[in-house]
Amino acid sequence: MTKKILYRGAEAEIHLSTYMGRTVVEKRRVKKAYRIKEIDDYLIASRTREEAKLIAESRGVGVSVPLIYDIDLRNGIIIMEYLDGNRVKDILNVVDESERKRICQMIGESVARLHNHDIIHGDITTSNMILCSDRLYFIDFGLGCKTIEIETKAVDLHVLMEAFESTHSLFSHCFKDVLDGYKRQFYGDVSLVINTIDDIVKRGRYR
Amino acid sequence: MICLGIEGTAHSIGVGIIKDVKGTCHVLSNCIKTYQPEKGGIHPREAANHHATYIAGLISQSVEVAAVEFSDIDLISFSQGPGLGPCLRTVATAARALALALEKPLMGVNHCVAHLEIGRGTVKECTDPVLLYVSGANTQVIAFAEKKYRVFGETLDIGIGNCLDKFGRTMGLEFPCGPKIEKLSAKGTEYLSLPYSIKGMDIAFSGLLTAAETYIKKGRRLEDVCYSMQETTFAMLTEVTERAMAHTEKQEVLLGGGVASNKRLREMVQIMAKERGAQFFVPSQDVCIDNGAMIAWLGLLMYQSGSRMDIDDSLINQRFRTDMVEVTWRD
Repeated sequence: MTKKILYRGAEAEIHLSTYMGRTVVEKRRVKKAYRIKEIDDYLIASRTREEAKLIAESRGVGVSVPLIYDIDLRNGIIIMEYLDGNRVKDILNVVDESERKRICQMIGESVARLHNHDIIHGDITTSNMILCSDRLYFIDFGLGCKTIEIETKAVDLHVLMEAFESTHSLFSHCFKDVLDGYKRQFYGDVSLVINTIDDIVKRGRYR
Repeated sequence: MICLGIEGTAHSIGVGIIKDVKGTCHVLSNCIKTYQPEKGGIHPREAANHHATYIAGLISQSVEVAAVEFSDIDLISFSQGPGLGPCLRTVATAARALALALEKPLMGVNHCVAHLEIGRGTVKECTDPVLLYVSGANTQVIAFAEKKYRVFGETLDIGIGNCLDKFGRTMGLEFPCGPKIEKLSAKGTEYLSLPYSIKGMDIAFSGLLTAAETYIKKGRRLEDVCYSMQETTFAMLTEVTERAMAHTEKQEVLLGGGVASNKRLREMVQIMAKERGAQFFVPSQDVCIDNGAMIAWLGLLMYQSGSRMDIDDSLINQRFRTDMVEVTWRD
């Protein structure tokens, strides 16, 4: 079996591999020598478990995610479907205005679907979204969790807002389109979530 | 070109004189005095009074150490924000007075950006870093992107230094508590699990602080709690820094701020950099903490790239965010 490193992230390596004749990616969480074993073991096992669980659940609530084929908790490995698409981070700054608006609304709708079922992604940045045959896939649920708390849902959106400000600063106004999509799909009182985002911003330093 | 910079955003008042030597920063003098509260944390008014008491002496001392004349100075730079209002106003007043008296131009600069620029200016090979800026009030991961210094990750509640200080104060340690906690940590033997709170590239410390205090109330050894606090908070800081490096695809990491003096934090970030094949930099101690030289250096960069500031526009800004600065000196 030949393996190729597709991407080296902060906590995991993404290898291109094959599994029962299919092309797959193998996400391996790597041990970090900078942190003590107690923290390392805990983070690798809990994030792998949590990620696999949340990916499976997200599929059930109508959000596109890669199919999971196998999990190895002890070594922190998830084997999943290979998506031959583009990271939203790479295309959002280059597509035209109407397409950008459409993508942003899709993002908002998908996040709302997750939140409707109390799924928190935990790291919603445009690096963690892949556009593949016009479907928006979410990957990397390693920092995710399940909660009913409005606060956590707002923090989830706040992470995305910051990603727009830092990585797509010319189009940071497009976060409004994300919220439009979110409003369309969110079941509960959306103003509660949006007001909490404002609170989080104000709570930060120098806001 | 020679620039005199005055720093005074929090507990330290510093006056530094620097010279531009072919695009690198040559520190001629860097005098600092630090306000030490009798008890508790920094009282803004007391800190400002402290700064007002020492600033004139520090300016003379700085000029003397640098072995220059007042007439050799081409520019006066000062920390315009972010920071404690009374401290900032004291420093800004001194800077304006000095600029008017010497008939030299004035430049107000952003304190956080100065921490990053002094790294680029004084550390050879450091050109385009991700800065982990860790101090009492500030905890930010900053990098240059799309023509500005952008904050990729930051604390959602309190700064790391503030977290350590608050815990230390409850334990009866003196301000600043970081160095004392570092010593106690070395005697820690057992890791006690604490909340590990990362949201994307942001972090939060307040839950961890409460949990650490609870361990003490339950009778756990102070040394073990200190050790667990350092290991957990520094692992969080190192992880968000690495996330920012992966996200921005940068190959350098720079440390700055008072907490960067901690040897364990340095070690962890250094190991992380090595594992990524990235370069690790930390400026020399005197320009890593709050100091006047870094303020002077950023003022000089801004002035040389064409920025100008009238006295009328030199109002301080307590909430001067890193990403508000127009970066005119970098492409």
